[in-house]
Amino acid sequence: MSMNEMNARRDAMKKMGGMGFLGLLAAAGMITPQMALAAWNKGAFEAKTLADTLKALGAGTPVESKDVVLNAPDIAENGAVVPVSVTSNLPKSQQVAILVEKNPNALTAQFTIPEGTEASITTRVKMGQTSDVYALVKSDGKFYIAKKEIKVTLGGCGG
Amino acid sequence: MADPMKIRAANKDGVTEVKILMSHEMETGQRKDASGAIVPAHFITEVTASWNGKVVLQGEFGPAVSKNPYLSFKFKGGAKGEKVTVSWVDNKGDKRSDEGVIA
Amino acid sequence: MRNQRPGTPNAARAWLMAGSLAFLATGSALAQDKSMDEIAKYREMLADGNPAELIEMRGEELWKTPRGPKNVSLEQCDLGLGPGKVEGAYAQLPRYFADTGKVMDVESRLVHCMQTLQGYSFAEATKNWYSKPGKESDLVALVTWIGGQSNGQKISVPAKHPKEAEMVKIGEYIFHRRSGPQDFGCAICHGQDGVRIRLQDLDNLSQPKGAQKAMRTWPSYRVSQGTVWTMQRRLIDCMRQARWPEQKFPSDAVVALEMYLQNKATGGVLESPGIKR
Repeated sequence: MSMNEMNARRDAMKKMGGMGFLGLLAAAGMITPQMALAAWNKGAFEAKTLADTLKALGAGTPVESKDVVLNAPDIAENGAVVPVSVTSNLPKSQQVAILVEKNPNALTAQFTIPEGTEASITTRVKMGQTSDVYALVKSDGKFYIAKKEIKVTLGGCGG
Repeated sequence: MADPMKIRAANKDGVTEVKILMSHEMETGQRKDASGAIVPAHFITEVTASWNGKVVLQGEFGPAVSKNPYLSFKFKGGAKGEKVTVSWVDNKGDKRSDEGVIA
Repeated sequence: MRNQRPGTPNAARAWLMAGSLAFLATGSALAQDKSMDEIAKYREMLADGNPAELIEMRGEELWKTPRGPKNVSLEQCDLGLGPGKVEGAYAQLPRYFADTGKVMDVESRLVHCMQTLQGYSFAEATKNWYSKPGKESDLVALVTWIGGQSNGQKISVPAKHPKEAEMVKIGEYIFHRRSGPQDFGCAICHGQDGVRIRLQDLDNLSQPKGAQKAMRTWPSYRVSQGTVWTMQRRLIDCMRQARWPEQKFPSDAVVALEMYLQNKATGGVLESPGIKR
């Protein structure tokens, strides 16, 4: 988030009389209470290095696990859209995160998995350059990780 | 106001697969416009999907999620004709909520 | 994401595999084969959930909403199959229109309808003809929806009308013409088999097989641009890349090229809207 953005967000908060933006939305019935509880993890999203991001997520030193499956192509024709799918075969998976080591901020997205939802998420991320991509899973309170290198190529004229 | 989402949900053998496309710029805050000025960051921060009043997925995005974000996931339950509701909020306070019917 | 998208991933994979077989004789054959496989996988993963579908939704809304000085919708616009008939229309464009005495493509026809039905001036109808970051073009949204209404249909531009046949000839001439400061032309890259730019295979558009493969996925969501490109935009940009004079939109020279390519691609099944890197 840039300084401008932070200021904009702060201004918006001020205008709402300190009630907090999400609280206000919840009060107005625009979002569900569950949603308001899930405050955006600013510290984790603004962390720069992989180690700092893991720290901000409370993941410490996660264990590499074959039960965390990161499915993505080895080569992306364009770094603006890189499809990534994460599936956890670990029991009681509660949280899934996707991290791109060489991006300005490593954390791309994270998900909370309620009971009854499969720990299997597909989304698309931006990659500034060829990088290791990590799938982080919190299962029964412990963190597990899997890694894959994705190459970003320069294309031709583009169809 | 933000453009509508496209939500598809299909139940197979008791599991509902949800596929969502959200219409959003997802500006990183690092791109410059034609005049050289930084385009301010503008991205979805939170996404929530619910079915029958129960939250089935909660996500937090950073600006490195691709433009017009795509998200798919599966949950147990869901019957044909029931609705899946998806809502998002972005860093400027814009928001959008749409429904998809389970096929 | 769309349930019935005929042949998308498998066809793409099969084609790429076939293309990469040619490299088996060379030293880096296996690496090459693996790269092509991974690119096919990349394309396959993107095909499920094409953001162009968001733009299609907007296009349908724009088609049906009364707009312009006359405050009418485009629902009576004749895209060649009669007023208001959209399904299958894109697959048969460009075509000759008796009311204007001209061969028109989807965009020039839309501009015509916006002028005649909705009362827009030519300048108003064409001023925002392509999408820029943060500013989506209405015209592009309309073309995306109209293209999608021909998804699964065969391209059919037989060019039987003399004016259509003439445009095919003009298009063919432009395709093979070398021009501009680089003495460059379409056929240099797209007039032979087995040519690539970096990792992208270039289709031989002078043959039906190559033309069908290239033409069936338009309009197309360009991942690099984060929006849909129409055939007009693609070809106008090709001319820019070839350092040719910039075309004014909508361009008759571009319509002629489209006519030549659609005629060559006749019989190919549309997978519209497409998605590309």
